[in-house]
Amino acid sequence: MFDIESLYQATGIQDAIRALQADERAMIISGGSDVLIQCREGRLAGCSLVSIHGIPELMGIEQAADGTVTIRAATSFSHIANHEIIRRTVPMLGDAVDQVGGPQIRNIGTIGGNVCNGVTSADSASSLWALNATLELHSASGVRQVPIRDFYTGAGKTVRRRDEVLVALHIQKKDYDGFGGCYLKYGKRNAMEIATLGCAAMVRLTEDRRHVADLRLAYGVAGPTPLRCVNTEDAARGMKTDEALLLHVAAGAVAEVNPRTSWRASKEFRLQLVSELAKRAVRQATLNAGGELDV
Amino acid sequence: MFKTLTMTVNGAEVSIPVDERESLVDTLRNRLGLTSVKKGCEVGECGACTVLVDGEAIDSCIYLSVWAEGRRILTVEGLKSPTGELDPIQQAFIDEAATQCGFCTPGIIMSAVEIVGTGKRYSREELRKLISGHLCRCTGYESILNAMERIVEETYKRVGK
Repeated sequence: MFDIESLYQATGIQDAIRALQADERAMIISGGSDVLIQCREGRLAGCSLVSIHGIPELMGIEQAADGTVTIRAATSFSHIANHEIIRRTVPMLGDAVDQVGGPQIRNIGTIGGNVCNGVTSADSASSLWALNATLELHSASGVRQVPIRDFYTGAGKTVRRRDEVLVALHIQKKDYDGFGGCYLKYGKRNAMEIATLGCAAMVRLTEDRRHVADLRLAYGVAGPTPLRCVNTEDAARGMKTDEALLLHVAAGAVAEVNPRTSWRASKEFRLQLVSELAKRAVRQATLNAGGELDV
Repeated sequence: MFKTLTMTVNGAEVSIPVDERESLVDTLRNRLGLTSVKKGCEVGECGACTVLVDGEAIDSCIYLSVWAEGRRILTVEGLKSPTGELDPIQQAFIDEAATQCGFCTPGIIMSAVEIVGTGKRYSREELRKLISGHLCRCTGYESILNAMERIVEETYKRVGK
């Protein structure tokens, strides 16, 4: 038996918003793989929960006529990883969520929960940053679209208000079209592991396939929130795809991140990973974009 | 607060009162006597409590019973044939001696039901990833993977996709 004061199963988005307003202590539970564990540990003991589990209008993946990919917030990781639209448009994100926990967790855990927890280690977060995802939040005062770069405010903190429901994540065509991507997760084990470091790289090539038209580099666990290395990205545009590019992204990223020492790994080791994973992810992203590397 | 929960368990519809704070593993074990569903870590790491909900393997220790409303639940008790014979997946685990103390076995078998149900062929490496949500402290996993390979291969030969 979980230490829960009250539980309300919402029937839809509006019903969930109403229930969150009616009880000022209430918080959202979706897949439950984080919230229920925190109830059991005592951290959330006595909480009031509004469940958005299994609400049909919060699940599914679509692609609009203009190419925008929409992932509804309560879609489970396993449904995202293997979805035809995801494999065709943003396979890096599919690969990233396929590395969360284990198979049973991926059948229950949701991408919305992964983002709303606000944790830097969320496997989906660095890919969503690289993809410039927009988060659609609904509340009694209306709907707002928040770019992911404005979403995180600190470790475990986001701009989402308690009575707001994350309904969907949107990725525009200009943010995936022509890009090759790669997400690399470093952990001590291959499964049931929280990332020591996560790195998402995206590369779009010029017509000659020898130069970088656009490059994006995002990390999880390289700072209190997921982050992008924008200076490194700016300087990489126009560079030839060779070893100098890999050395540039590795050195550039190290200057832009701010990892800390935790029981999982030291700051020094994380910096080493930032450098090494940047090289490996950018190299693979370049290959995935149809390019070659003169290394 | 108690709620009436209606769900299909191993093919039969049941309607029972449950506490809304209850996990599905407690409901299945304590109210329905389905003790193949084991309680291990209770935090979704060991996989001993794995059951299928609408065909998907989940850790029933971190699944609220009220979420099962209207859904189909399958446990190991639901695998035996009408004449009482073992499911081919269970038989493969016996043939490969893939069980020692047996505590992880029902959970792994339920994941195997989901995996084998796809009718796809998997490499040993893929199977290793697909059972990574289960902890076994006896076998070292090799005999479990042997059983999985055997049943996946047999099924592929029959219904291959």
